[in-house]
Amino acid sequence: MATATLEPVRTARPRKPSRNEKAPLQWGNPAVYFVALLFVALMVSPVLYIVIGGFRSNSQISLSPAGWPHPWEFGSYASVLSDTAFWTAFKNSLIAGVATTVGVVALGLMVSFVLARYRFRGSGAMYALFASGLMFPMTVAITPLYILIRSVHLMNSLGGVILPQIAFALPTTVIILVPFLRAIPNEIQEAAEIDGCGRMGFFFRMVLPLSMPGVITVAILAFIGSWNSYMLPLYVLNDPASSTLPLTIKTLASGPYSADTAKILAGTSLAMLPALVFFSLFERRIVGGLTGAVKG
Amino acid sequence: MTDSLRENAPASAGSPVDLSTGEGSAAALPSLPPVRRRQRRGGWKAGLEITALSAPAVVVFLVFVILPVIMAAYYGFFRWKGFGPPTDWAGFHNYVVIFQDPDFRQALLHNFQIVVLSLVIQGPVAIAFALLLNKKMRGQSIIRVLIFVPYVISEAVAGIGWAMLLADNGAFNALMDKVGLHGLSQSWLANPSLAIWTLMAILTWKYIGYAVILFLAGLQSIPEELTEAASIDGASYWQTQRHIVLPLLGPTIRIWAFLSIIGSLQLFDIVYIIWGQYVTGTAGVSTMATYMNANGRVSGNFGYGSAVAVVMFIISLIIALFYQRFVLRRDTAGAVTDGEG
Repeated sequence: MATATLEPVRTARPRKPSRNEKAPLQWGNPAVYFVALLFVALMVSPVLYIVIGGFRSNSQISLSPAGWPHPWEFGSYASVLSDTAFWTAFKNSLIAGVATTVGVVALGLMVSFVLARYRFRGSGAMYALFASGLMFPMTVAITPLYILIRSVHLMNSLGGVILPQIAFALPTTVIILVPFLRAIPNEIQEAAEIDGCGRMGFFFRMVLPLSMPGVITVAILAFIGSWNSYMLPLYVLNDPASSTLPLTIKTLASGPYSADTAKILAGTSLAMLPALVFFSLFERRIVGGLTGAVKG
Repeated sequence: MTDSLRENAPASAGSPVDLSTGEGSAAALPSLPPVRRRQRRGGWKAGLEITALSAPAVVVFLVFVILPVIMAAYYGFFRWKGFGPPTDWAGFHNYVVIFQDPDFRQALLHNFQIVVLSLVIQGPVAIAFALLLNKKMRGQSIIRVLIFVPYVISEAVAGIGWAMLLADNGAFNALMDKVGLHGLSQSWLANPSLAIWTLMAILTWKYIGYAVILFLAGLQSIPEELTEAASIDGASYWQTQRHIVLPLLGPTIRIWAFLSIIGSLQLFDIVYIIWGQYVTGTAGVSTMATYMNANGRVSGNFGYGSAVAVVMFIISLIIALFYQRFVLRRDTAGAVTDGEG
């Protein structure tokens, strides 16, 4: 954590200065690097296989499944990028991701504010209600959820994916945000009140900016969760016009194009690109958020 | 707001969990700050604010998380094809069928295999790797990023990629042939005695990065003074790790194990994407969730599917409560069961 590669992402929150931030870091033991390299290679090579495989032609792949592109073919990537089904799915995934993120942040921030800064009967029960949601991922509720969504006529509509995703992301959100909001000192609130700032004004002008690090973490987790989600769209979205990227890619891999291995690989690698870019930009926040969610 | 306010505020407020670095306290619940005086203006206005701010989240949560669970409990008592109101009351018949169905018992067995194997495989490897990386050294952050990549990409992408890699005429077998290990060229996905191990390898690949990151964060919150003091007292590296670092990592390990168990019980995406909806049983990798999907939605028996959901829910709940009660108790006294005020 000493090498702050992603400094701009972080806000002006001071950290404990640690001794190693002064001097450049030392190289470690070569044996450590060797083991780490092996481990990293195991982790990354399947991903590289997908990305590089997209640059090979089908005949190259069937002649030598484990070979290197020779020559590099860009046709598969081009054909995915000119495929309207891909872009429809991309657009749907983007809409679902953004709407889920906005909903989670808005609802999560409001309820966390209440839980963190108001004292009222039942607040403990409300916190416990949300916290209990952590224990049960969507799998358990998916069959009745499907019936529910069908009975409110949200089938084949992104709303039928977005609303449940917001609901299932709320537990993590509340658990991450409540400590953030609680950490804002009372003195600030009192000062704001003396200056004539109501509680709502305090919320928008003080709480929102001060809890930005937590909000960003929550937002990223919600977006990546939505971008990657598979089971709920599988149940709710049956029609290609409303399909999201994971569904479309799966259809590509098992549908009429399943013989076009190169195109499947290219499509798969393009589908994971946004999540990977997002992740590498915000690595520190995501990792912090996941560990924070567990510990805090 | 002035900059100095912004900078000093959270830092001076007791123990904000530092999410950006994972250095936060190991407490599982946000520690209760001194009692706040919110009641001053009290009365109906505060009540109105509380209602207005919390109602949307509470309503969405109740409707889309809690209500489906209750609905499942209700529909589980019916023979119901999913159209119109359920009328064909079946009592506990669905539940009897579930537990008499060898396919379900198979799936349950696989789930428990996956729970145990995930803990046994991922835990020690991730701890060892986190200990190895827990030194201030160049390149640590790039290593952290790279081992986390599998966790970030979607199950759909990972599943499709692995299905192609491990196909009979896929890249993995070709690679093994190329380097002369013909014995290692196998039917990784279809062979029923291999498939569960293939699944375990893929799950380990997908989720071990999360464990490593979690353990690294836990290790980095252990004060260096402790290990320094131990080495001054003449403890060897191994003695330090064994008697000081590992015990202090305990809470992180126990919480990771909890999340891993719950995740293993709910496993669906990867299995469904790689093995599809029909062959999971014959390949020996079916899980409760794929069983629920195949026998509920796919075959149109929504009453039965709901009953399977209830069984999964109850199994998860029992395990979660047992774990809370007997393992997590000292770390998170009441984190999930009673919250705070």
